[in-house]
Amino acid sequence: MTKPTIIPFGPQHPVFPEPIHLDLVVEDEKVIQGIPSIGFIHRGLERLVEVKDFQEYVYVAERICGICSFIHGMSYCQAVEQVMNITITERAAYLRVIWSELSRIHSHLLWLGLFADGFGFESLFMQSWRIREKILDIIEATTGGRVIFGSCKVGGVRRDITNDALKSIVDQLLAYQKEIHEISAVFTKDKTVQSRLVDVGVLSETDAIQWGAVGPTARASGVAEDQRSSGYAAYGQLEFAPIVEQAGDSHARTVVRLKELDQSIDLIRQAVSKMPEGTIDVKVTGFPTGECFIRTEQPRGEVVYYLKANGTKFLQRLRVRTPTFANIPPLLKMLPGCSLSDVPILVLTIDPCISCTER
Amino acid sequence: MSEDLNIDQLQEITRTKFDEGYRLVQIGCTTISTEQFEMNYSFNRVDQFINYQTKISKEVSIPSISNIYPNAFLYENEIHDLFGIQFPGLAIDFNGHFYKTAIPNPFRGDQK
Repeated sequence: MTKPTIIPFGPQHPVFPEPIHLDLVVEDEKVIQGIPSIGFIHRGLERLVEVKDFQEYVYVAERICGICSFIHGMSYCQAVEQVMNITITERAAYLRVIWSELSRIHSHLLWLGLFADGFGFESLFMQSWRIREKILDIIEATTGGRVIFGSCKVGGVRRDITNDALKSIVDQLLAYQKEIHEISAVFTKDKTVQSRLVDVGVLSETDAIQWGAVGPTARASGVAEDQRSSGYAAYGQLEFAPIVEQAGDSHARTVVRLKELDQSIDLIRQAVSKMPEGTIDVKVTGFPTGECFIRTEQPRGEVVYYLKANGTKFLQRLRVRTPTFANIPPLLKMLPGCSLSDVPILVLTIDPCISCTER
Repeated sequence: MSEDLNIDQLQEITRTKFDEGYRLVQIGCTTISTEQFEMNYSFNRVDQFINYQTKISKEVSIPSISNIYPNAFLYENEIHDLFGIQFPGLAIDFNGHFYKTAIPNPFRGDQK
């Protein structure tokens, strides 16, 4: 029997956009165990609520992540609105859905590109990011920003989108959908891609629950859990069912994200067709008191916001449990038995966002 | 919103939730005074979200639940590094090196 060797993997690695470290216990080329290390860039943003006005903090919340920034801002606003008993207008709720889904589309396309780059398929990486640029152009046209666009505020949203612009967005997305299907076919049918993904890093449904997996990582293992089902913002008025795969391997996690691209486009189409007229914000008076948990669905999975307020303009506590933080333990369950060369790809299949994790 | 938790029953309640198929959503800590922390343990099964809450002295150690939920070790190491709470029985103990912070236990509330 070969003597186990410990190989330090990361925090700087060609396929990792952000720093995460794994101590890999290997026998020959086979991984026996992985032990993670994070915390290289921890920022302590949660404590800033103690010195930032609760309405201003939404700018900080959006900067927890550079990819799913809008949903962070929205989740924070939802938490404040819940403890202050604020009901936002219907139009604001629908606009939140549209920007959330645009964020999801661009995040998934970003991931598909990084993933393709990870297994050395450069042209697929470029095609994914080429389409993503067009989604960012839509976000820029509607908000003025591309990734962090400051459109959410406590009590509603900051900007409206004209009905003509909304129809144009749907037309553009339907055109881009054809291009997405072209790259999807490569991800799902190309033999070289399949050889890197099928039956690699299998996570069973039971393990996904016991190890706390969320988002596409959990849904690829048969866990039909998606916080959009709870109906927050305007999701309750749209037809929606979580996308679930059963195989639990790297390929299934890719397929879930590919199908979610179609689903997001459909949700935007539904939201535009049902978009109510009216104002986009309500006046916010007073200071928050109380505590609440808010759970929303980010591209990487469930995010949990816990907020505690004591009636001043500064919150007492804000805690953010990000999806990548929840998906690191399931990754440790996927690693044993895989080849050393599969580790970078496996880590990417949880779509790690260390910026969120190190909030 | 939350159910009260007696910290002596933490292992028993956690074991019950695990056996019933609940997922450990998060473990959280809040500094509520110079003497006390407030702990939150959240579980979820399909659309049932349950949170258990308890107040503890800052000097009390809490038995780790990583022997039941394997993902608990991340939350407990995080709380250990940010708040200084000890979790005897941690499955993977980073001994205070989980987060690289400029000062020890920055969320403990002893310093501004």
